Amino acid sequence: MDDQTRSKISSEVNSGDVVLFMKGTPVFPQCGFSAAVVQVLNHLNVPFKGVNVLDDMAIREGIKEYSSWPTIPQLYVKGEFVGGCDIIREMFETGELTEMLSTHGIDVQIQA
Amino acid sequence: MPMSAGDIERFIKEALPDADVVINDLRGDGDHYSAFVKSAAFSGKSRVQQHQMVYAALQGRMGNELHALALQTAVPEDA
Repeated sequence: MDDQTRSKISSEVNSGDVVLFMKGTPVFPQCGFSAAVVQVLNHLNVPFKGVNVLDDMAIREGIKEYSSWPTIPQLYVKGEFVGGCDIIREMFETGELTEMLSTHGIDVQIQA
Repeated sequence: MPMSAGDIERFIKEALPDADVVINDLRGDGDHYSAFVKSAAFSGKSRVQQHQMVYAALQGRMGNELHALALQTAVPEDA
């Protein structure tokens, strides 16, 4: 991955408290796994920034090297890689996700 | 060339010889599997690290020949 891509990714990763590299957009996810993570974040009412990797092939491939994680989606909280779809779903089910977000000072309001 | 459940299990067991591995073919297309992997090698590792160990065992096939692997990892109680 060239330096330009690395710095582009790094600035995206740090451009918000919660950043989701995904296929498609939060309103129109274009992959079931990306949609699943969007659903979890919406359910917890957590504001997040969606980065559509389909818009930029360099980011789509570079993000896998950046986190040494081979798939999309990838969730970052305060610049730290948290996981892909499986891990986010598992953390949500065990309550770890809510706890982790709160300890990072991110307000969570579970939708009724 | 899609992967077979047997290939996935073999790669994982080559890297994690003690692992219990259960593979389910989710769609019968050789591209969408779920895997449950239990190994003592995961002990003390975060979930992300555990999953990365399984992906490393698949030697770059994850996200290429293998489009989707719903993964769950665990550590044996006595580990």
